[in-house]
This record gives sequence, structure tokens and C-alpha cells, in this order.
Amino acid sequence: MSTVPSAPPVREVRRAHRDPDDQLIGGVAAGLAHHLAVPVLWVRVGFVLAAAAGGIGIAFYAGLWVMLPASPPRPAAPPGLESASRDGRRPRHRPRVRDAGPIVALGAVGLGLLFVLGGGATWVWPVAIGIVGVALLWRQADEAQRERWLDATGRVDISRVVLGRGGWAAYARLAAGAVLVLGALVLFALRGGSFSLARDITIATLLGVAGILVVAGPWVYRLATELTDERAERVRTQERADVAAHLHDSVLQTLALIQKNPADASRLARAQERDLRSWLYSGETADERTVASALRAIAADLEDRWGIAVDVVAVGDRDLGEGERPVVAAAREALTNAAKHAGVDRVDVYAEITDDSLDVFVRDRGAGFDPDATPEGRLGVRGSIIDRMARHGGTAEIRSGPGEGTEVRLHLSGTTEEAEQ
Amino acid sequence: MTEQPSGVVRVVVVDDHAMFRRGVIAELEASARGRIEVVGQAADVDEAVAVIGRGAPDVVLLDVHLPGGGGAEVMRRCGPTEVRHLALSVSDAAEDVIGTIRGGARGYVTKTITGEELVDAIVRVSEGDAVFSPRLAGFVLDAFAGSIEVASVDEDLDRLTEREREVMRLIARGYSYKEVAKELFISIKTVETHMSAVLRKLQLSSRHELTRWASDRRLL
Repeated sequence: MSTVPSAPPVREVRRAHRDPDDQLIGGVAAGLAHHLAVPVLWVRVGFVLAAAAGGIGIAFYAGLWVMLPASPPRPAAPPGLESASRDGRRPRHRPRVRDAGPIVALGAVGLGLLFVLGGGATWVWPVAIGIVGVALLWRQADEAQRERWLDATGRVDISRVVLGRGGWAAYARLAAGAVLVLGALVLFALRGGSFSLARDITIATLLGVAGILVVAGPWVYRLATELTDERAERVRTQERADVAAHLHDSVLQTLALIQKNPADASRLARAQERDLRSWLYSGETADERTVASALRAIAADLEDRWGIAVDVVAVGDRDLGEGERPVVAAAREALTNAAKHAGVDRVDVYAEITDDSLDVFVRDRGAGFDPDATPEGRLGVRGSIIDRMARHGGTAEIRSGPGEGTEVRLHLSGTTEEAEQ
Repeated sequence: MTEQPSGVVRVVVVDDHAMFRRGVIAELEASARGRIEVVGQAADVDEAVAVIGRGAPDVVLLDVHLPGGGGAEVMRRCGPTEVRHLALSVSDAAEDVIGTIRGGARGYVTKTITGEELVDAIVRVSEGDAVFSPRLAGFVLDAFAGSIEVASVDEDLDRLTEREREVMRLIARGYSYKEVAKELFISIKTVETHMSAVLRKLQLSSRHELTRWASDRRLL
């Protein structure tokens, strides 16, 4: 059997992200949990255990915080939904962590650690204060970056980047961070006696420089990598969303009304509405790369050709390979039969597509027929549906009776790989 | 229906597009005179909450996309009342549909629905039943299978029983309630019980909430 060699599967690169919607500190654990597909609690416990074991967890967390991009690249929603979201017309997803509880708990844990570790040693306090200062500065930069994304004018303003939207909180944080870093340096310098002063100050300066590098380095790094596509993406989606909002207000609403009139306008209205709807809302494609999209493409074709409405509901999906094609072809034949002979203006298609089976149901409420009394000469049903399915290891069942409508059930079991062999 | 003295279902229509609102009201008056009475209309969330408080409707026809937070916000602000909400939307994005059902709507229909089907849906919702279009049934099956990512659907959704899944499958295939009952050799009342159970599981995300729901109604 000569089959067209299918294209090699494209390897998708999975990238980890921080999750700003589900954060206790930086959203690192939530992002990592999502990436590794494990419960977020395990990751958090792991970090805590690693932090207790010599602090490697803290270093690891900090490193990931620096390196991971802030939020996953959201797949662009259809423009109508983008627009409705920006206008606040859609149900909003509420952030899970709202109260100050986690922050208080984190603070308490940090203080406790300080007391446990720093019982006697004098160096602990300056270092701890320094770390808090750097953390505050870092967090400031982190939030400023998010503010930058929300900037409507699209220009990058340095003061905006540092201070976010401004306000006393931002200034206070900036000042507190700076004071804490400076304080750490001063404390460190004063601690030593006169003979070690020079060396201490050198070390302190080095620490300060390192701190600034830690703060600014990743920011510059991320700015360079993300700025360009962020801006392009924002401009593009806003443009599309505004057009979409306009179309929704005018064309789509009108079409929905026209469609109810049983005039000749209904066929045109249906085609137009389907196009607009898929562009505006559903984000479903009809590019025939997957089973569901192939069924939708067939439905659209038959809607145009026969002037009926075909409602496709698909649960799950998988790629359209050689193994699935007979089912799609049989479904097409069943739909064509329904359009030709049933004499109704609406047909339902339901597909349930899992990894190990594929079921398609085509149902109409039309004239119906007696399946046993089909004349020998009529080969559509037997050849194109039943025999085709049987040849490819599936089954087809036709339930119909005069006046009861018709339902064609197509079933194919086996995974994609099995079906291809 | 029996608890309505006159048998008339009082309806409030909430939609931010005046033209569509007028169309729906005209349609309802034309095809259900005497069975459905439109007692008010609203164009945004604030207005809707006020009109619902004033008009004491049985059913609210609620657009999913509304200025001020959407249909889910209206249901949240109305709180737990006797009023039943039926979502009517042009959007069939899974997130909107499932999100609105989770917000407390008793059903969901699209704006291309015919007048008779809409009347039927309103009457069914007013009697306390759930209304699932084939498309919504498909979303529900997807949501419980975990194959759509909906931000508002938790990981720990209670599973559907085999029977409930069977009912949802038939609805997704375009069967009417009557046909589902015939196919599964059960009564229509049982079909409706299954649908309500599905709705409840969708709205109450976790076992914990489900237990609380049951004990609140002295079912435990």
C-alpha cells in the first residue's frame, strides 16, 4: 500500500515560566510545578527542604527567579474575546493569593531563620539586611517590568521602569532598599578594627557592585530578549481587537437577527456568521490538520453547498493521519446523505476523539429510511460508509426508520500509531 | 410551574445591545404570549442588579459579555436567590461558557437559537431544570476530561458518573431530553436529575463544597 510519508513531527520546545497569578514569592514554584506536571505543593516542600539543607534551595530559587521569564506566552485569544476582556466585559479570573497571610508567614519564617542562625555571629545581621535590601530592589524591578508591559503608549520610560506607576509605595520601597544596602555596607565597614578597615571596605564595595550586577544584569538581559516581541504583539492584538469589537457590534448582531428570517438571506448569513464567529470567538480552525478541524471543514463546505446548518461538537482531538482519514471520509458521506435525503435544515455532528478510540455520530431528524430495504444499486451507504469503515478496522452502524430521522455511528478503535501500520 | 399562580414566567432580559434586546423581547412576545412576561431589561451589571431586585423575575436571560464584569458578576452580586439565570451569548468560547455556568447559571444557549427553543429553555429553567445545548454538553465533557484549559475550572472537579457521562454524550449528539430518556430506558425526570447533578458538580468544584451543598439541604 503506497502511503504518502507523513511529515516528521515537529518537536515542541517546552519552556518553563514563572507564574505571576499563583505566587507566594515569585511564582517560581508554581511555574516549575506546571512545567514538571507535579503538584505545586511538592515543589514548594522541595524548595523548603533544600533551603534548610545548607541554603541551596534559596540559591536555586533565586537563580530561577532571575532566569525564568515572568509569564507564559499566552496564546492570543480570538480578538473578540481580547476586546471583551480589555473592556472588563468577561468574567475575571481572580488571583488566588490576595491576603497578606503568605507575606506575614514568609516574614516570620525569615526572622526565625535569622535568630536561629545569627545567635552569636556579628556578620549575620549586616548580610541579612543587605539581602533584604537587594530583594526589595529586585522585587521593585520585577514589578516595574510588569508595569512596562501595561504601558498603553508603548514607550519605554526609564523612570517608569524603576518606579512603576510611581506612588509613595514605589518610592518608599526604592528608598528602603537603598538605605538597607547602604546600611549593610556601613555596618560592615564599622565592625572591623582599624587595621582591617581597608580590607573590609574593599570587600564591602565588591559586594555592592555584585549586588548592583545582580539587580541590573537580569533586567538588561530580559529587556533585550523580550522587549521587541512584546511590543509587536501588543500593537497587533490591540489593532485586531478594535476591529473585532466593531464587527461584533455591527455585523454579527445583525446577522444573528437576519438568520431567523426564513428568507433567502439565511444561507449567506449563515456562512458569514460562521466565518466571523470563528474569527472572533472560538479560535477553532478548519485547516484539516486535526480530526476535529477536518470535520469542521466538511461541515462548512456542506453548509455552503446545501444550505443546511451543521453543528459540530468535538470532544478531544488528535492529529489527522492516514488512520483517521477513512472515518472523516465516511462522516462526509453520511453528512452528504443527510443533506440530500433527510429534508431538514439542521444536522448534528458529535465527535469524541481520545487517544485510543475515535467515535463520530452524524444525526438528523429528517425523513429516515429503512436500512434493510436499501436497494442493491444504492451503493452510497454500503460502499462509502459501512464497507469503508470495515476495510480500515472500524465499524459503522446506521440507525434509521421512516419518519424517525437517521443516525450514523462511526467507530474506530486503536491508537494513532496502530492505525498507521 | 405549579408554584406559579398564573403560570406566567416573569423574565428580565439583560444585554448591552439594544437592538438584540428588542429582538428577543419581540420574539418572546410573539411566540409565547401568555406564557412569558418580560418584566424588565438592563444594559449593564449595575442596571441588571437593580432591575432584578425590583422586578422579582423568575428567570434572567443574561448576556455573558456585559460592561462591568460580565454575566458572572451579575450572578455574584445578586447572591443566592430564587432567581434562575439562563446565559444567552454570541460567544461560544469554552472559558466564557464554563465560567458562566460555574458562576451559577442554570443553562446556556447561543443567540442563534430559534424563538420556540428559547421559550422552551426559559420555561424549563423556570421549573428548576438545567438546559444544555449540544455545544455546552461538549464543553462539559471536555472540562471534566481535563482536555480544555479553563482558568476557572479546578483540577479537582468531581468526576461524572458513567450514567451522567452517557447523558451528556447523547445531549452532545443532538438528542432531546425525551430521546435521551428513550435511548437509555429511563424517565425524563431521571434525565433531568442527571443534568442537574452535572451542573452541580460543575458549579461546586471540590468534594468539600459538594458535601457542604448536600448538608445545607439536609441531604446528608
